[in-house]
Amino acid sequence: MADFVSGFWNVYVMGLVALSLLFCVFILVSNMTKRPEKVELHGHVWDETLAEYNNPLPKWWLYLFWITIIFSLVYLAIYPGFGNKQGLYKWSSVGQYEAEMAKAEERYGPIFNQYLKQDLLAVAANPEANAMGQRMFLTYCAQCHGSAATGAKGFPNLTDAEWNWGGEPETIKTTIMGGRMGVMPPFGPALGAEGVKDVANYVRSLSGLAHDSLRAQRGKELFDQQCVACHQADGTGNPMLGAPNLTNDSWLYGSSEATIIETITNGRQNQMPAFGEFLGEAKVHLLAAYVLSLSKGK
Amino acid sequence: MNSTAPQPQSAGAPAPQDQNSFYAARKKLQVRSTTGTFATWRWVLVWFTQLIFYGLPWLEWNDRQAVLFHLTERKFYVFGWVFWPQDVFYLAILLIISAYALFFFTAIAGRLWCGYACPQTVYTEIFMWIEEKIEGDRNARIKLDKAPLNARKFALRGAKYATWALVALWTGFTFVAYFSPIDELLQSAATFSFGPWELFWILFYGAFTYLFAGHLREQVCKYMCPYARFQGVMFDPDTLIITYDEARGEPRGPRKKGTDHKAAGKGDCIDCGICVQVCPTGIDIRNGLQYECIGCAACIDACDQVMDKMQYPRGLIRYSTENAMKKHWGMREILAHVLRPRTLIYGTILASLCVALAWGLATRSTLRVDVIRDRASLATELADGSIQNVYRLQVMNMTEAPRSFVLQVSGLEGIQIRGETRVEVPAAATHSVTLQVVAPANAGRPGANTIYVEVEATDDPSVATREETTFLFPR
Repeated sequence: MADFVSGFWNVYVMGLVALSLLFCVFILVSNMTKRPEKVELHGHVWDETLAEYNNPLPKWWLYLFWITIIFSLVYLAIYPGFGNKQGLYKWSSVGQYEAEMAKAEERYGPIFNQYLKQDLLAVAANPEANAMGQRMFLTYCAQCHGSAATGAKGFPNLTDAEWNWGGEPETIKTTIMGGRMGVMPPFGPALGAEGVKDVANYVRSLSGLAHDSLRAQRGKELFDQQCVACHQADGTGNPMLGAPNLTNDSWLYGSSEATIIETITNGRQNQMPAFGEFLGEAKVHLLAAYVLSLSKGK
Repeated sequence: MNSTAPQPQSAGAPAPQDQNSFYAARKKLQVRSTTGTFATWRWVLVWFTQLIFYGLPWLEWNDRQAVLFHLTERKFYVFGWVFWPQDVFYLAILLIISAYALFFFTAIAGRLWCGYACPQTVYTEIFMWIEEKIEGDRNARIKLDKAPLNARKFALRGAKYATWALVALWTGFTFVAYFSPIDELLQSAATFSFGPWELFWILFYGAFTYLFAGHLREQVCKYMCPYARFQGVMFDPDTLIITYDEARGEPRGPRKKGTDHKAAGKGDCIDCGICVQVCPTGIDIRNGLQYECIGCAACIDACDQVMDKMQYPRGLIRYSTENAMKKHWGMREILAHVLRPRTLIYGTILASLCVALAWGLATRSTLRVDVIRDRASLATELADGSIQNVYRLQVMNMTEAPRSFVLQVSGLEGIQIRGETRVEVPAAATHSVTLQVVAPANAGRPGANTIYVEVEATDDPSVATREETTFLFPR
């Protein structure tokens, strides 16, 4: 129910509704002429010949008007509409939504719940479950990760074997349930423009990309001071923090020198939303299994 | 188009304001039945339309109902065709054809549709036939109307209403059978276990058939029907309308058979009133064309019979045109004026629409493909430096057999599909495929490039389609 900011508006709306109804009754009653002994002209003539008799309103039409007035009273008694009165049925759109959701849950819940007891890997091997998982993926996940789950700039590819937060079945489920916040702090001020370029070249060297070896050497020293806390001494990252592995060919934002410089200078903030609340565990379970099935054998 | 205003008639119970009220209560019409050329034509059309209406749902085709508008499946089955919601275009053309057919026939011979083929006319004709069989002819029915309610009247009325109700219910049942498979509907009928909406529509359609054809009759045409209102604007002075030959008929009056009435200064009309008794809307055609006239030609049949009896020439009331009456044309000039700009234009449009519809149906593809680009992920760079775009394909197999299709992409150097290129689509179903398309990084310009997705049935290369879409390269 919408609440008014003060009690005044509630009374104001009630007053308006009551007045409108009374006005309708007034209009109706004031137009109910008695059936005259003799029908007379009103005396006003339009378009040279068009005149009007003072006949009473047709009865059936009159009854219809009364019925609409009675209908509105009944409606206001049953449904919300009179100020913030809820009505006898306590109906609300939220309540209707919740009732329909509960009904859907009752109908489809068992279908989803049957997989909840099974191990994620077992569900991932079940084609029927994967078909359901795919449909849900296309509905809830494809907006960011793409229909083929191959990701995009800033959104990880889910079909390869690289996982920034860890690729164990339960971990993937945890990611979907609770979401993730990935933060790479900005190091521009700390390293300076030259320093950032040096580190970027070192990072490119880690995965065997083309780089300036002199800069990479200088960059390694800076890396060992500033970056190892999260990315480890060997650059393989830390799934606990979501710090990516810098030695493979999977790049969340891209591997060009300019992109890496941008990442180091300004940092990155990234978020995977939590779906546990929204979808419920049973659906997340199916989704996690589907995501697992995508990268199977890799 | 001269229409004389209906004369206010004194109603059964005179109310105090009757002397200057325009309101006249409806008088119940008891229509005398006719036989003759035009009545026969009307019965031909009654049989033709109702055999189709009552018969179609019973026909089988490919182990299914031949004509079924399956709303829950969102498929319209019409013999060999299965129409999908995407084919609503054909429905639009069909409706436009219906409209132009109405314009065309109305321009040529007035309210042909109303007089011969309109469901209101057709069901009224059927209901009046039942009435005649149970209660007797017009005179017997008028007597019955006036008679006090006794056992005989109660029995006759009851039998009539019951028969009407049966026909009406069967009509409602048939109507619903177009939307809900008739074999299931029959089983439901046997145990009376209809679904709520099925029951509602059977009763709704049945009740209105009963009400309209049994009780309201000419009032539907006079007060409710919108088509009756605007058909007048399609008339012109060369439109064939039902006309009383005033010059020949007047002055009217009774006479003895075989006397020389011309010498007595009388016209051919013997004022027997049969033309009024047979009129389903209760008008007197001798007052000229009126808006109530539905062009059923019952008065022509009736008058011709009277003329035969009197041994006068037929056609005192006949199909003629305003111009023909004014200029004393014969049939030849009337026919010569059928081809005039109005009918030629209507006819041309009608014919070309029919051809367009036939051509459209003949060349209709049973495969439709929608290519939908992934909106969020534009272009992804793969590990080997090539660029990938992702699409979702909706492959619609509109045939009633499962089919498999082969996918291909073209339009850029070295472009190819990653993964499965065969799609199995079940019968009359839509299948969604995720398509990963890969192209070398230097194959196109940065930004959008046009590519084509080709889908072809494995069993029939003629069932193929080519959809245009865009492939993005990073800038």
